[in-house]
Amino acid sequence: MNLSMEQKKVLWKDRFGISLANGQFGVALAGNPNVGKSTIFNALTGLRQHTGNWPGKTVDNAQGGFQYQQKSFLLVDLPGTYSLLAHTVEEQIARDFLCFACPDVTVVVLDATCLERNLNLALQVFEITPKVVVCLNLMDEAQKKHLMIDVPSLERQLGVPVVATAARQGVGLTELQEKILQVASGSLQTSPHQIVYSSEVEKAVKHLLPMVGSLANNALSPRWLALRLLDGDSSFQDSLSNYLGVDQGWEGAQCAQ
Amino acid sequence: MKDTEKIDPLADLSPGSVCEIVSLELSGLLRRRILDLGIVPGTLIRCIRRGPSGDPTAYMVRETLIALRSEDAAQISVRTLSNGGECV
Amino acid sequence: MCAMTLTKSLSEVWCEAEAVRKSHPHSFSDQIVADIYENAEEITKHVLSKKGSQRINIDQTIDNLVTSKWLGYPLMLLLLVGVFWITIEGANIPSAFLATWLFAFQDQLTLWFQWIGAPAWVHGVLVLGVYRTSAWVIAVMLPPMAIFFPLFTLLEDSGYLPRIAFNLDHIFKKAKACGKQSLTMCMGFGCNAAGVTACRIIDSPRERLIAILTNNFVPCNGRFPTLIAITSIFIGGAIASYSGLINALVISGLILLGVAVTLIVSWLLSITILKGEPSSLILELPSYRRPKIGAVIYRSMIDRTLFVLRRALIVAAPAGAVIWILANIYVGEQSILFTMAHALNPLGQLIGLDGIILMAFILGLPANEIVLPILIMSYLSTGALQDFASLDELRNILVSNGWTLLTAINVMLFSLLHWPCATTLLTTYKETGSKKWTFISFLIPTVIAFTACFILTQVVRLLGLA
Repeated sequence: MNLSMEQKKVLWKDRFGISLANGQFGVALAGNPNVGKSTIFNALTGLRQHTGNWPGKTVDNAQGGFQYQQKSFLLVDLPGTYSLLAHTVEEQIARDFLCFACPDVTVVVLDATCLERNLNLALQVFEITPKVVVCLNLMDEAQKKHLMIDVPSLERQLGVPVVATAARQGVGLTELQEKILQVASGSLQTSPHQIVYSSEVEKAVKHLLPMVGSLANNALSPRWLALRLLDGDSSFQDSLSNYLGVDQGWEGAQCAQ
Repeated sequence: MKDTEKIDPLADLSPGSVCEIVSLELSGLLRRRILDLGIVPGTLIRCIRRGPSGDPTAYMVRETLIALRSEDAAQISVRTLSNGGECV
Repeated sequence: MCAMTLTKSLSEVWCEAEAVRKSHPHSFSDQIVADIYENAEEITKHVLSKKGSQRINIDQTIDNLVTSKWLGYPLMLLLLVGVFWITIEGANIPSAFLATWLFAFQDQLTLWFQWIGAPAWVHGVLVLGVYRTSAWVIAVMLPPMAIFFPLFTLLEDSGYLPRIAFNLDHIFKKAKACGKQSLTMCMGFGCNAAGVTACRIIDSPRERLIAILTNNFVPCNGRFPTLIAITSIFIGGAIASYSGLINALVISGLILLGVAVTLIVSWLLSITILKGEPSSLILELPSYRRPKIGAVIYRSMIDRTLFVLRRALIVAAPAGAVIWILANIYVGEQSILFTMAHALNPLGQLIGLDGIILMAFILGLPANEIVLPILIMSYLSTGALQDFASLDELRNILVSNGWTLLTAINVMLFSLLHWPCATTLLTTYKETGSKKWTFISFLIPTVIAFTACFILTQVVRLLGLA
């Protein structure tokens, strides 16, 4: 993470309306709707939250702070989205934040009772940033439905720490905070599973790669950039020039590698 | 397992039966939302129940219960599987 | 590296990507999504296992009941009535308690003002105006909302609410709107401002706007005391036996009328100024979960109850000052309030009301809760918001000022259909970001209220019934 603390604070304040304190780790909280994201958010931040709207949008924004092991964290609750392929305002907000705000760690909350659909979002997050902790929530519901998940195996497959939680019962939250700290501080290195696309898509990506490389000046993963261009996502084009084309101090800043 | 090569609109599926998605004729935002929920070609989908007045219909796909209107479900083509024993 | 170079190469690459996309028979976006899911499936296959045979599905069992052809609707209706009853009955005692305490404090304030020798008008504006109005709003608004919102949030957390949208979608489809609008209407029963904010759950901007513009036709907690009081006096009171049941039926009828107007107006908007893409519905029906009561109550109080109350007070406080000034500054023999009411009287009579009633509704713009107090204040010429000790007392006041059954019905109709309160208008502006749509959200109910009352009054008079 090569954005200086000062640059990050300014960026977060100006572009996202979030006040990050000195020495505070910025943590993004992502996940599908209905996975208990707010339960986790409330459990971690308690009364120290502040709700409002994302700048210029009518979408809820919640931020809250918590302390763990004498370190301070600012948790930003991203809108619940099924995907980051940006076709609604919520997805756009979540994607822009993950891409351009470069949080120190992203926590992706998954619903253990519908793992497949939730992995869709998690895998997309992996393409943007490697600093991810997966929170496998609603384990109590999964148990009721007789679903068994091999968590260590999942961790191996995903390449990032996976913490099983039942947030409503308060189970697993300490371990979650531990993993957040480890990934944010860099003491735990992750190598998230990168999506393997079909051959046509891979071919097209390879074709675009050389041109894309020069574009974002290494601010974003070129492969991910190429995929988004292939997607035909026009809002992404706006976001790109919005966030990268304007602030010249962005040169050399890295986000995904 | 032999598939019967009958391709029907999803709307014709009756409660209890399972099918495999073949293609989507939808467009615009609706198409994107449906795809993002994992209703992509090759996915198994089970019809669970119809609403009290016959519309909308609730389908189970990837462990999620999703309700769709009949005119939207009519634009999703599915292939009937020979047995409904698949667990969705 | 300047911005210009960046944007230039961005569009070049963009065009190249366009070319690649077009050269392909299949859509890349579709393929990308399908590929991601294939990855997800592969991973899930290795880590997930289902123990045991076909489980007894609690979700299915409950859904078989609440979305069934025969039981679905009755259960919904029962739930609605239940929530109303708990809210209304449950709020009575706290409201009375708050009113007593807050008005007792007002007397204390009066003493202090006298002690520091403040001029009468200062006392009037600040204590009888600002404080009294705010106290009224708190006493009447807070208890019902403190009950309704937690109840609503409980239903939300339990997973039941989407089933309401599921059951009612076909009706909204006919109105070319989205089934989720039913949920925003449910929220509107608590408070229309909260109902407007709830419209965020509707994805399509067009349908969201329709839901926002029509939310006002669902009577909020603030209007219920007025509706119940008037019904009890003029309808239930006129029929001695089963009066409680009659009242309930009348109120239910009013609510159904509000729902009907909502659907009709939604449909009209869809075929005129809000024409657009056809509506669609993708509704996720989550598993039923046992809600965490403590967390629900806490969250709903902070996020919804206190939030709405704060917004209402911001408007009600200055309005209180204005009302006192209008009622106590005399131009000639009459207060400004009476002068204005007098001027409005012809219009009022036309629609079966009178000038004072109309004035009360206008001054009740900040919050529907104060319409009845303003009415009583004006009829009794007391110059400060007034309560009634009993229904009998209220009946005497109204009847001696010319109220008939027709007046009562028109007042209820007008209360149901008239313009949104200031908090709702403010919230509409915040959600839509547009002055034009906020104005339209004011205009539509106003026109409908005047028209409905006018037609009813003229027809009844023509028929010689009043």
